[in-house]
Amino acid sequence: MKHTIIIGNGISGVTAARHIRKLSDQKITIISAETEYFFSRTALMYVYMGHMKFEHTQPYEPWFWEKNNISLKKAYVKQIDTDAKTLHLSENETLKYDTLIIATGSKPNKFGWPGQDLLGVTGLYHKQDLENVEKYAPNNKVCKKAVIVGGGLIGIELAEMLSARGIPVTFLVREKSFWNGVLPDGESQMINRHIKNHHIDLRLGFNLKEIKSDDNGKVKSIVITETGEEIPCNLVGLTAGVSPNIDFIKESNIELGRGVKVNRFLETSAKDVYAIGDCAEQRDGGIGERRPIEAVWYTGRMMGETVAQTICGNRLEYKPGHWFNSAKFLDIEYQTYGWVFSKPRENEAHFHWKHEDDTKCITVCYSTVTNKFLGINTFGIRMRHEVFDKWLTEERDVDYVMANLAVANFDPELFKHYEKDILAAFKKNLIEA
Amino acid sequence: MSSIQRNMSLTGDASDQLNTLQKIGTIIGLSGLAIIVLSLFNNFEHKGLWLTTALVALAGGIILYARGLYADKLKGIKNHGVWFKSISSRGFLGWIAALILTGFYIVLYFHGELLGLGQGPDGTNTGIVGLFDPLSRFLSGNPASQWFVYGALYTVAILAFGIKFILKYKHNRYEQVRTLSVMFFQTAFAFVIPELMARLNSDDFSLPYNDLKNMWPLNYYAFEQWRVDQFINAQTIGLFFLILAVLLVFVVSPFLTYKYGKRWYCSWVCGCGGLAETAGDSFRQLSDKSMKAWKLERWMINSVLVFSVVMTVATISTYLGYDSEKYWFTKNAFLISVGVFLTALFLGVIYWKKNEIQKDALKGAIGFYVLTIGFIVLIAFIDLSQVKIDAASLSFGLNTKMYAGDAALRSFYGFAIGSIFSGVIGTGFYPILGNRVWCRMGCPMAGILGIQQRLFSKFRITTNGGQCISCGNCSTYCEQGIDVRAYAQKGENIVRSSCVGCGICSAVCPRGVLKLENGPLEGRIDSNQVLLGNDVDLMELVNKK
Repeated sequence: MKHTIIIGNGISGVTAARHIRKLSDQKITIISAETEYFFSRTALMYVYMGHMKFEHTQPYEPWFWEKNNISLKKAYVKQIDTDAKTLHLSENETLKYDTLIIATGSKPNKFGWPGQDLLGVTGLYHKQDLENVEKYAPNNKVCKKAVIVGGGLIGIELAEMLSARGIPVTFLVREKSFWNGVLPDGESQMINRHIKNHHIDLRLGFNLKEIKSDDNGKVKSIVITETGEEIPCNLVGLTAGVSPNIDFIKESNIELGRGVKVNRFLETSAKDVYAIGDCAEQRDGGIGERRPIEAVWYTGRMMGETVAQTICGNRLEYKPGHWFNSAKFLDIEYQTYGWVFSKPRENEAHFHWKHEDDTKCITVCYSTVTNKFLGINTFGIRMRHEVFDKWLTEERDVDYVMANLAVANFDPELFKHYEKDILAAFKKNLIEA
Repeated sequence: MSSIQRNMSLTGDASDQLNTLQKIGTIIGLSGLAIIVLSLFNNFEHKGLWLTTALVALAGGIILYARGLYADKLKGIKNHGVWFKSISSRGFLGWIAALILTGFYIVLYFHGELLGLGQGPDGTNTGIVGLFDPLSRFLSGNPASQWFVYGALYTVAILAFGIKFILKYKHNRYEQVRTLSVMFFQTAFAFVIPELMARLNSDDFSLPYNDLKNMWPLNYYAFEQWRVDQFINAQTIGLFFLILAVLLVFVVSPFLTYKYGKRWYCSWVCGCGGLAETAGDSFRQLSDKSMKAWKLERWMINSVLVFSVVMTVATISTYLGYDSEKYWFTKNAFLISVGVFLTALFLGVIYWKKNEIQKDALKGAIGFYVLTIGFIVLIAFIDLSQVKIDAASLSFGLNTKMYAGDAALRSFYGFAIGSIFSGVIGTGFYPILGNRVWCRMGCPMAGILGIQQRLFSKFRITTNGGQCISCGNCSTYCEQGIDVRAYAQKGENIVRSSCVGCGICSAVCPRGVLKLENGPLEGRIDSNQVLLGNDVDLMELVNKK
């Protein structure tokens, strides 16, 4: 019987396994060094905040794997021998595969800061990172202060986590405004204010110079590059992005760039070896406007679905549809459909509307040439994915989208609606422009 | 799992410490409770004053505590530390609370005299029941009973914890309006109006205590002979209430459930639901989400439903049998019409909904149908009132009375379902089994509404395309133990008979994935089975079953 081995039990690997099982009866093994069972990485923060227990982050009950005849193996893969189609595991074990899927995800970036490997310095990606945070910052008596370095999606989650336990947080962000490489100014600045409203000490435009150690090799303080200010702290969160977790593949024949190089069929340079999810890098550059490496939950899932088709005899190209994503910044939910860049590109314009309560806003991007709707960011207002996906496919113009915004509203029943205000502001904006 | 679960530590969370306002609230609330407990041992003078003080302190304490907890917080989800706090994570305090609550229910149901019921001279009340006399006299003109005490405390709990809930969900109007609704229905329909209506009663006119919204079969004694007789004897107004009770079951409820799902009742109107959503809110995460629990739920709730139908049919047919000249119906006409109605209903569902009923559900439905009809046939051939049942042999000697067959059914239902299941377990075990275990596993009303919601309703929870990140907040906070995530992560709508439409899954979702909606029947179940964002070819392939 054909044996497919999947390295990594995240959303990509597990989705691939599930769909291979739906389509075939071949032998499937998932290897992970991180945890016994698949869990939702994005939910780790809720475990620390006491919203959930770790078990709740596991989407499938333990019997699921046996019932579907998917073997789970907790081990660390040291090396891949693509000629002998063999994996070398820790403890000198070996495992033969017919098909191999690499789905090892990411690891937090470290940029060579002095002290970056001290005790009490952590990212927030793996379950072990959560255990570190729990160990070094269990409460505000053990951890009197925490510093977070890097203003992205994980940074703000870590800030929310720590302040949920009453730990004072200083949040060092390199950019002049939070996540403004991605978000337009109006949105980014609204989030700045929201962060500060949560009593988080947001420091914009500052970099980390070094992390200082106490006598036991534990974090004592950090120093800011620009001012030289030294901030005493017991935990340092490094959340300056992630990169593919592929160190163990470097010895193999598989071609690597920043990630594992794959073609549009998710095939690597080695025969019968595929790579999916965060660790895969599109060989020919990103698809459409997408980046070559996409560390996003749903793209991992889609690659898993696609590669399952290929492995089960229906060779299929990976073709992600219209870009979308979502996140939550403390209390403010964010969704995006289509492309809205931080600054309008050539022949693009942005329309921005913000509610006076400073927790809701939208930015719509459209073409100044064709008037075509290109994308929307929404904060504090939920929108319906299906509707925007359809409008993007139909290439609706921006006037149509603005006039029909209520159709796309996905807020719970009885919520106040803002479509009229938004449309009025949009029309006014057009007249003024 | 090899790693240590440090997240279970109690020391971990600063939010577990009470602030000043919370401390004041706790002291005031507990002093209100203390007055009520003290009244057991001390026959207060100025009962009205003491009672007012106690109830105001109780409610005020809860509200102050809630203000301390939420007032200065920004709008948003307030679940920090839920799984660290002893009371809300089946810790020591949770078990203590469960013991106290179950103890209270046992005393309430079976030993009213311990609360002071009729313990004074000439059968007057002392103790806690006595303490509530002034309020009861003010409303209905009569002395209190243990049920009045219960109703009053129940209402205070829904009002005070309702305000707490509204403060907690200050960003969510669906939750607020829904809570105002249960607060209103409890106060007006379950408590004040029936008490005031009792004032209409005189020597030649009497209505039974009538909570209009408390429908059969949740109200399992709705059509017992004494009630029906009272209604019939109370002429126009009585008949009106009797007809209304029947219309509610067969017309109003099916219509509203078709339009809005069972939530119109379970989380907007019902008293049990009202308490669960307010006082029980802190325990919603304790419901069991396993597949095992779901299987148990399906057997349990439908068994109770069959039991309640059989019990009611037996009761009505028995008094129609021996008192036939008093009513329009004869026993046999009644039994035949029930049999025909149930058969038509059953066949209709099988015929029109055969594609929506899974094999195991169909098997269960046939089994339950045969069982029900079997009992009805049995009832037709024996006169239950002539069957004598010795309760001692069934209750290990705890109950030594002799019962007629129909009375035995009623007593057993009232004891096992009405008292033990809905009260002692259903509410007493909030801190252990979650706040909706009765609604999920035992309520026959929820059973009927659930079947209807699954098959004939516009209600569903819509999943928002491909936005789900499988975090599990929705499943964790589902009080009905529905694994919401299992549907959301597949892009499927959630159409489950047990869903009471509380809306919390949608509220706690960090990515805006879930929305409670009433929409067209087409495409309601298994809507997409697709995660949007994929290319169309792949979606087709993935959806091939």
